[in-house]
Amino acid sequence: MRTVFKTSYDADLGLFVHRYQAFWYFLLLAVAIGLPFVMNDFWIGEVALMLIWAIAGMGLMLLVGHAGQPSLGHAAFMAVGAYTNVILQTSLGWPFLVSFPLSGCAAALAGALLALPTARLHGIYLAIATLAVSILAEDGIVMLAPWTGGVSGIFAPDITIFGVGFNRYVNAPGFYWLTLGVAVLVVLGYRNILRSPLGRSLVAVRDSEISAQATGVNLARTKAVSFALSCGVTGLAGALMGHFAGVFNHETFTIFLSITLLMMIVIGGLGSIHGAFLGAIVITFLPLAISIVREFLNERFGTASVMPPGIETAAFGAILIAFILLEPMGIYGRWVKIRTYFELFPFCRRDMFRRQRGYLRTERIR
Amino acid sequence: MESLQLLVSGLANGCVYGLIALGFVLIYKATEALNFAQGDMMMLGAFVTLGLTNDHYWALPFWVSVPIALLLMGAFGYLLEITLLRRMSGQSQIAVVVLTVALGFIIRFLAGAIWGHEPQSLESPIAGVNVRFSGLVLGLDEVAVILVTIVLTGLLYLGFARTRLGLAMQAASQNQLAAYYMGIPVKRVSALIWCLSGVVATAAGILLASKGSIDPNSGFLGIKAFAAAVIGGLGSLPGALLGGLVIGVIEPFAARHVAAGFSQVVPYAVLLLVLIIRPSGILSQVRDKKV
Repeated sequence: MRTVFKTSYDADLGLFVHRYQAFWYFLLLAVAIGLPFVMNDFWIGEVALMLIWAIAGMGLMLLVGHAGQPSLGHAAFMAVGAYTNVILQTSLGWPFLVSFPLSGCAAALAGALLALPTARLHGIYLAIATLAVSILAEDGIVMLAPWTGGVSGIFAPDITIFGVGFNRYVNAPGFYWLTLGVAVLVVLGYRNILRSPLGRSLVAVRDSEISAQATGVNLARTKAVSFALSCGVTGLAGALMGHFAGVFNHETFTIFLSITLLMMIVIGGLGSIHGAFLGAIVITFLPLAISIVREFLNERFGTASVMPPGIETAAFGAILIAFILLEPMGIYGRWVKIRTYFELFPFCRRDMFRRQRGYLRTERIR
Repeated sequence: MESLQLLVSGLANGCVYGLIALGFVLIYKATEALNFAQGDMMMLGAFVTLGLTNDHYWALPFWVSVPIALLLMGAFGYLLEITLLRRMSGQSQIAVVVLTVALGFIIRFLAGAIWGHEPQSLESPIAGVNVRFSGLVLGLDEVAVILVTIVLTGLLYLGFARTRLGLAMQAASQNQLAAYYMGIPVKRVSALIWCLSGVVATAAGILLASKGSIDPNSGFLGIKAFAAAVIGGLGSLPGALLGGLVIGVIEPFAARHVAAGFSQVVPYAVLLLVLIIRPSGILSQVRDKKV
C-alpha cells in the first residue's frame, strides 16, 4: 500500500501522482518505441491502426467523457481531416508537416461551426443532430466530387518528411512511429487541458450545467471550445487514417464509423484517457481475434460450411453487450478495481466499488 | 394531380416511418431509453410474419400468422427488457444506445442466417390491389398503412392519457423512485412497454413488407424513423406520426424537384433545421421545472 503525502500544490498539478507511476509510463513508452523490432510488418500496421483509433477516441472522449456532450457524428470530422490533408498535399503541393496540422485546424473549425447552432441542444437531441451531420457529410463528400473524388475515392500520397518516406507498406515501422508520436503529443495535450481551467470547466459542464453556470462557467463558450478541440483531434486521426487506408471514399466515413467510435470509448471506459486506448485495442483486435478463432475452428472441425456469413459482426455485438452488462464502467473501470485490490491488499472489501443504485428521472422536465 | 399522387404515396411512406418512430417514442416516453434496435425489431417482425405466411416457408393463412407474429414479437420485446435492459436502469443513455446498437447487429445476423439476405416481399392480401378515388390510383396497401397508423396512434395516445397503465408508464418515466414509492410496479411497466413496442414494430414491419420488400438491412430505416421522432418532438406520440409524415412527404417531393444526388439529404437537412430552430421538436415535450 502506497500513501502519497502532498507537501505542495504542485503535487496536485503534476502529470504523475508519484515516481513509480512515471516509471511505468516511461517503460510503456519505451516498449511502444521498441515494438517494431520484435513484430513483423503486418502486426505493426495493426498496432498503428490501433493508435489511430485511440487518437480519434481521445478526441471523442474529450467531448463525451469529459464535456458530457454525446456525438454520433465524429466520422464527419474524421472525413474533414482526411480530405483536407490529402487535398492540401495533392492540389496545393504542400508538405505533410504543414497539411497535417492544418487538417486538424479545418476539422476544429468545422466542429466550432457545428457547436454554434447546436449550443442549445442537450443530451440525446445533440446526439441526433450530430447523427444528421454525419449522414449529411457522407452525401456531401459525393456532392463535392470535383475536390473529393466522390464515389471513386481519392488517393493519399506518400508521406515524406525531410526526405524520409513514411509509406505504410514500404516503411511500416516509420509510419508506426509517426502515429505513436502524434498519439503521445495528443495524450500530453489532453492531460494538460484536463488540469487547466478549461478542463475543470468541461467536467463542471458535464456534471451539472446549472451549477457550472452558477460558478461562472461560460456555457456556450465551453461547449464550442470542447467541440473544436475534440473535432480537431479527431480530424488529425482522420488524416492519419487516410494515409493508413491509402485510398478512401465516402464509404470510409459512414455513420457506422461514428457509432463504432462511440462504442469504443464506452467499452474502454468513459471519462479517462486510458479508456480511449483500451477501447481502441478492443475495436482493432477483437475482429482480428474473431477471424483467427473462426479459421481455427474451420481447420479443426471443418465448420466452414455451417458458419453463416456475418457471424463476426454478431459475435462482436454479443461481446459488446457482455461488456456493457458486466462492466458498465468500461475496461478501465475494471482495471481500477483490480489495481485497488492489489494496492490495498489485504484490506480491499467487496463492496468498495458498489455503485449507488441509480434511478431514472425524466430529462423532459428541467 | 401528380402532386396529389406524390403526396399520398409520401403520406403512406411517412406512416411507416411514423409507426417505427411510434415504437421508439413509446420506449423513450416510458423508460427514457433510446432503442436503436427499433428498426431491426421492425425488420425481425416482418420476417417472422413472412416466415409464417409465405408459401416458401410455413404457408399459414395471413390472418392467422399476423396475430402469432405480433404475439411472438411482443414476447421478444418483453424478454429483451427482463434479460438485458432491466440491468441498464440508472446508467447513462449512451450505454443504452451502444447496447441497442449491438443488439441490432445480432438481430440483423439472425434474420440473415434464417431467411437469407435477398429482398423478399410478404404475400399478403393487401399487396398489389389498387383502389380508385376519383382519378387517384391508390394501392390498397397504402390505404391500409395510413388507416392502421392513424388507429394505432390514436389508441396509444388514448391509452397513455386515459388508462391506469398509461398513467403508470408516464409516472415511471418522470421519476422512477417516486413511482416505485407510489406502488407502481415499475419493472413490470417497463417490460410491458418493450412488449408493446415490439408489437408496434411488427405492425410497421408487416405493412412495410406488404408495401414493398424487406431484407435484413431494412432495419436501417430505423434511422429515418429516429429523425422522424425527433422532428416531431421526442416523447410525443402524435409528434412521432407528424415527424414521420413530414419526412415521408418531403422525400418524394425532394426527389421530384431537387437535383439528383441532392434529394436524399433533404430529410436530414430538415432535421437539423428543426433542431436548430426548435431544439426539442415541433410538439415539444420539454418543460421547465416549476420550483
